[in-house]
Amino acid sequence: MAMNEDTGAASKPANPRGLPLQASFAVEPADNRTGYRTFKAGSFGFRRDGYFAHISWPNGRHQLAVDVFLRALMRDVAWGFFYGTVNFDTVFGTTNYYGEVEMFAGATNESFIKAGTAFIERFKADELMRIFKEMIGDWTNAGYDPFAAPMETGAPWGSKSGDNDPAVSRKRVTAKRMVGLPGDTPLRSDASGYPVNRMFADVPQDEPEVYAEPGFEHEVSAFNLFAYLSRSDVTWNPSVCSVVKESLFCPTSEEFILPVEHGNDRPEWFVQLSDEIIWTTKDRDTGAFRAQVVCKAGDVCVMPADVRHQGFSDKRSMLLVWENGSPKIPELIRSGKAPNVPVKF
Amino acid sequence: MSGYSTQFGSIDAYERGTVSVIADDPKNYLFSNMFDVAARSAPYERVAVAKNFEYVIEVARAEGVSGWFTCAHDEFVTCLDYPCEVHLVKLDDPDAAVDPESEGAHALAALPPGKKMGRIVLRRGHMAILPVGAAYRFEAAAPATLMIQTIDGPVTSHQWAAFCQSK
Repeated sequence: MAMNEDTGAASKPANPRGLPLQASFAVEPADNRTGYRTFKAGSFGFRRDGYFAHISWPNGRHQLAVDVFLRALMRDVAWGFFYGTVNFDTVFGTTNYYGEVEMFAGATNESFIKAGTAFIERFKADELMRIFKEMIGDWTNAGYDPFAAPMETGAPWGSKSGDNDPAVSRKRVTAKRMVGLPGDTPLRSDASGYPVNRMFADVPQDEPEVYAEPGFEHEVSAFNLFAYLSRSDVTWNPSVCSVVKESLFCPTSEEFILPVEHGNDRPEWFVQLSDEIIWTTKDRDTGAFRAQVVCKAGDVCVMPADVRHQGFSDKRSMLLVWENGSPKIPELIRSGKAPNVPVKF
Repeated sequence: MSGYSTQFGSIDAYERGTVSVIADDPKNYLFSNMFDVAARSAPYERVAVAKNFEYVIEVARAEGVSGWFTCAHDEFVTCLDYPCEVHLVKLDDPDAAVDPESEGAHALAALPPGKKMGRIVLRRGHMAILPVGAAYRFEAAAPATLMIQTIDGPVTSHQWAAFCQSK
């Protein structure tokens, strides 16, 4: 679920549908009744009211509860459209081609596909991102944080009421080598604004005993990863904490539901570090159910490249998402040179 | 409301989840448990539990004193349950110990010349860097579980059928 900053493809983005780029965007003035702005990207229109986000396209429309929409939009923005497909729900979403993005209605829904009513348009990633960022900023009211677990934030309902820009513009944490090394991502503490989460109050906060010889103080290094995760102020938002070339350890704390059904374009590994997450997997292209995966502390599993997955975590849990950030992988999978499952046994 | 209790596992106390298929093959999920793997492994056998192209996550049962390892790139070790010490030595000539273009950890027959860098005592949840250019070894008084972020190499053991859920 995490993404390397430099994953943008060096070569021209793949365009398997041969779609032209849309360059029409608009932000309309605030609605007199609701106070929210409406947005247009290509032929898609976006409007919110008290309870819902409404999406329209030529000959079609769809609506999501606005909390569902905002949580999903927040991840799509924070993750730079992510790896592969981000399904906001069973109808609407985006697919990342690393520099260009497809936005769709029904393209990963079997009924729309069979009926021939799926609608897809393609955009430059930075241009669509600009609209998405304006939308999350305008549609998020004061007191509501789409990154937070529902029990830890206010409600998103009602007419426009202030904003929460600090919450929706958080920068994702990406260590260059390892958290805590000199010059790298710092540790979290009460003093730096990261108190221990209420559900991790029992997690030990001790630090490793480090005995460095003179001259090696900056090279002999360790930190308490579990304590670091216990202080995460967001959910379902992996941050890179250690890097071996393109191998990215992206731990995160999870509570409630992964706000998107993620259809990764490469295998994605999950290492359950604490507690439990239940994963539902569905066919990436059609949404047909494939499996339920219950992960308990110490469990390891991979999400194959041809599924979409969504996690459910009641007690806040610690999950290590392990990604391979190589930009070569999507093309290797598309061309059949890489398997959907990394190991056959 | 009562307090929350965070569940961690250990080599001697863990509960394994499961894959329940609707229309799939459980083998596709390569489902395993790190404590289960450590419990059935020989000391310091480095067993791959996750693989993504050349990259792997290894699990090792720490018990007693390991041999020395080195690597041509950084690696990271996380202690998942009981204490384990990491001893680090800066090699005078790392390229003589391991091909600088090679990947994955290499076992050393003997410790080459170098300077003592220090040691780290890891407990549950602690992560340490095993920096490029260093040799390292582990020491644990009692069986413990280590998770290592590295690349598939000469000491990586592949035993997927032995511990992954197959049906």
